[in-house]
Parts: sequence; structure tokens; C-alpha cells
Amino acid sequence: MSGFDFVTTRLETAIGWGRKFSLFHYPFITACCGMEYMSTACAHFDIDRFGAGLTRFSPRQADLLLVVGTITHKLAPVLKTVYDQMLEPKWVIAFGACTVSGGIYQNYAVVQGIDRIIPVDIYIPGCPPRPEMVLDGLLKLQDKIQDQKQDWRWARKP
Amino acid sequence: MGQETLIEAIRAKLGDAVEGVSDSFGDPVVTLRPAAVRAAMAALREAPFDYAVLLDVTCVDFAAAEGRFELVYHLYSLSRNVRLRLKASLPAADSAVETLVGLWKNAEWLEREVFDMFGVRFDGHPYLKRILTYEGFEGHALRKSYPWRLGQPRIPLKDDV
Repeated sequence: MSGFDFVTTRLETAIGWGRKFSLFHYPFITACCGMEYMSTACAHFDIDRFGAGLTRFSPRQADLLLVVGTITHKLAPVLKTVYDQMLEPKWVIAFGACTVSGGIYQNYAVVQGIDRIIPVDIYIPGCPPRPEMVLDGLLKLQDKIQDQKQDWRWARKP
Repeated sequence: MGQETLIEAIRAKLGDAVEGVSDSFGDPVVTLRPAAVRAAMAALREAPFDYAVLLDVTCVDFAAAEGRFELVYHLYSLSRNVRLRLKASLPAADSAVETLVGLWKNAEWLEREVFDMFGVRFDGHPYLKRILTYEGFEGHALRKSYPWRLGQPRIPLKDDV
């Protein structure tokens, strides 16, 4: 282990710490789960306590995509475009049963889980999930971000 | 106008357009010949019936039945505060009926929905295109013959997740 590795490891810890407490989220809300998102985001449960309070209404300024509510086949290309517009590094939370698996809608219209369209980091089940579950999911995402390795462009690739 | 006098008046006005009359939870249900739907609606819209509002147009698919598609119209009279339900059975082979767009403007979208979901054609409709599903959707989703889980994705989906 060279001295350089030691520096990047410490730097990764610092960057992960910075990133996990400054999540700018984009709420992609289509259905009733939006109510739970609102109570989570507002004063009662307050995701600002965890550093995720800055809601951005442009995917270009966001690094956390909250997919909240049923995604239909008609809407799928829109969600894909929104995800593609976000800048790296970016994370996705599937919020509620519909986004996780299609939920109660096993029919011709609904996509059976958004992971068939875009990659998902955290799945929050529930119909709708309680705000406590959303905060739990957010904390798990923070743990994940903290442990993520950075893509050091100048580092020698194996 | 009481229920029985109303039905008498409707029978007198519409003549042989009426195939039958029944009762559903206190509201009258009138079954019409499909060919007479437009004329009957035009008559019911005027006094003394005065059904000024077209509340809903929808459809039922009875799959194997002789009259496969049953159109259901809901009318409402503002002046008398009563409702009326009308039905018309269409055969599977020739499921078409005359449009009501000339009588009620909101029939345009209601009929487009029935066309989209059941494939019933409305003759004389100014813009009979799909309204809920997207361009390129094949078949009619609420027909009993449609495979109920068959999605029609617009973008490639990952299957192995």
C-alpha cells in the first residue's frame, strides 16, 4: 500500500461524508405516495435533518431521483429521459410498492417495477410507505454513499 | 313527473326505439335500439324531459353474448334533479353507433375513451383517436379478448431483474 492509496482513502471518506449530507433530490411524483413524500419532506418529519432538504425541480441540478408513484408504460420514456438528464454521481430511490414491483397494478398499463427502466439504489416498499420508512431508506442510502468508491480518473486501473 | 308517468312519456315519445324498461335502485333504465340512439337522445334533451347533462358514456364487454358490447349512457336533468340510464347492445361484428358530439360537447372525449378501451366506433365523430393509451398501442385494452397482463412498452425494458 503506497502513500497515495492512503490519501485517496481518506479523501473518499471525506467526499462520501460531504455527498451523503448534501443530497439535492428531484421528486418524480405521479400518484398517492406523493402525500407521504410531502409529509416526509415538510416540517413534521423533515428530511432536512438528514441534509436532503433541498428539493430541485430540474433533474440537471439533482443527484437523488425520488420516483414516487405508479409508472405506466405511457410515462416510462419520460422517466428514462429525466434519469438520463441527471449528472453523475446520481442515486435513485424507488418509493412505494408501485415503483418497486408494480404494486397492485398487474395489468397492461403499468411497468412492473422501475428497475426495468433505470437502475435503483434503494427500494422502499409499502402502499404507501410510512414517513419513518422513507427516512430509514434515506439513512440506508447515506450509508451506501459513504461506502462508495470514487472513480479516480488518474488512478491506475487494474 | 313521477317514475311511472316518466316512463309512459318516454315510451310515447320514443316509440319503437325503446326495447325495454327496468329499474335500478329507484332510477329508470331504458334499453334502446342502437340505430335509434342519436334520435332518442336528441328528444330526451328537450322539454319536458330536459336531460341537459351527459354525465357519462361507458361500455361493458359481455364477451360471448349476442349483443357483445353494451353501451351505457347516463343523463342528468338539472331542472328536475333526476338521472336516467340508457343502454344499447351492439353486435361484435358491427360495433358502431352514431356520435352524440352534436348534442353534448363532452361526448367527444367520453366516446374517444370508449373507442380506445373497447374499439366501438362512433360514426360522425370529429376526431376518433385514442385518448388514454398511446400511439402505436395495438388492440383495445378493456376487451375481454385482450390478454390482461400484456403490456406494450414504448422503450426497451430489462427483463432479467
